[in-house]
Amino acid sequence: MGADKAGAWMADFAAQIHDNADMLTDLDRQIGDADHGSNMDRGMKAVAALAAADFPDSGAFLKKAGMTLVSTVGGASGPLYGTFLMRVGGAWPVEDSAEGIGVALRAGLEGIIQRGKAEVGDKTMVDALTPALVAYDAAAGEGTQAALDAAAKACAEGRDGTTPLVARKGRASYLGERSAGTQDPGATSVTMLIEAAARTLA
Amino acid sequence: MGMLDAACAGEVFTSPVPDQMMAATVAVNGGAGVLHIVKNYTGDVMNFEMAAEMAAADSGVRVEAVVTDDDVAVKDSLWTAGRRGVGVTVLLEKIVGAAAEEGRDLDAIVALAKKINGQGRSMGMALTSCTVPAAGKPTFDIGDNEMEVGVGIHGEPGRTRMPIAPAKDIAEMLLEPILSDIDYTGSPVIAFMNGLGGTPLIELYLMYNEVAKILGKAGIPIARCLVGNYMTSLDMAGCSVTLLKADDDLVKLWDAPVNTPGLRWGC
Repeated sequence: MGADKAGAWMADFAAQIHDNADMLTDLDRQIGDADHGSNMDRGMKAVAALAAADFPDSGAFLKKAGMTLVSTVGGASGPLYGTFLMRVGGAWPVEDSAEGIGVALRAGLEGIIQRGKAEVGDKTMVDALTPALVAYDAAAGEGTQAALDAAAKACAEGRDGTTPLVARKGRASYLGERSAGTQDPGATSVTMLIEAAARTLA
Repeated sequence: MGMLDAACAGEVFTSPVPDQMMAATVAVNGGAGVLHIVKNYTGDVMNFEMAAEMAAADSGVRVEAVVTDDDVAVKDSLWTAGRRGVGVTVLLEKIVGAAAEEGRDLDAIVALAKKINGQGRSMGMALTSCTVPAAGKPTFDIGDNEMEVGVGIHGEPGRTRMPIAPAKDIAEMLLEPILSDIDYTGSPVIAFMNGLGGTPLIELYLMYNEVAKILGKAGIPIARCLVGNYMTSLDMAGCSVTLLKADDDLVKLWDAPVNTPGLRWGC
């Protein structure tokens, strides 16, 4: 067992965030407060510094990764990403399986919705994650890799779909109609998370 | 003395994290419990909720929270994150701090804080954007002859963009949505002219004078005033106006001695 796969997932995500931090901050500059990339980069650097070998299994590692984000990121991203990973870790299957990983990811999404109270259409990360998990479940019968690939594709489509939306949650909501026309930064970073999963978890 | 016992600083424009809030809560608890004063921003509210959950589970310290949301630039509706907490927070921290210093209990302090938040409103405007150091460029673009009305305190753009106007017109633009949100007629107020960081004090006093003239005509007596840079947005040029209805108790608490890095009088 061990936490190798979850460790690879977080390392991949940390690299994506680092390489795209300026792009994420620039999206946030347009409809938020210009700190999403730098905040996530700070948190994921701390997660990447955790040694997966120190953890008995992926669930324990992901819970610690979530707690680390809560303690280092702040803003809305810290509680939302932190809650996601703590819930995913808490529900992680004893034996890796497509169905078990799907259940864990679903628990993470439910944690985000509970914490942030966003619904589909509010122009948030929920708009990317929700279709991603629907696609995951639909493809889960074909195995973990096929399910994660389908999830990554649907996640990216959900992310692209946030561009015309008017924000109803978070700081972008203050802009009202002026928030339309910019891709949501949270939907953008969470797509990197699911794409990283598709490269590492199967 | 006489104001906040602790403040948690996050990264620039980012809510602090629950670990900091927990540490501060435990450090200042004198046994009577702790009040968290939280400005209404998605991140702050979420992190303070997590801190309160941790406090209940770990430390046994009684924690109450009051969320400030006084910014009339944001419509308080189901379709937004709600009005932002801005200028009223400063007045609330001072007055509630004085009440705690007097020895009022936590329930009375919470009720007082909610009362203050309910009878104070603010509105801000900017002549320039601000520059987050880590981003290195202005948060929004604005022309030399333009102003942004209804800005937030984290570089959030405002409700409308328009050509710059005389101070008198700006004062009217800021006061109109405040006075139409709450009826202040005949109530003494604490009037707070706040700078956003890049506006000289002389211009803030000039703006205050315009506000005072309008309030005089509207029959709203100014019981006390505060002018200066307190609720700032880095290097942003601009200001916000806050009006708080102030009865005798509030004025007495406002006048009580305070000794903090930000406010100091009577001691």
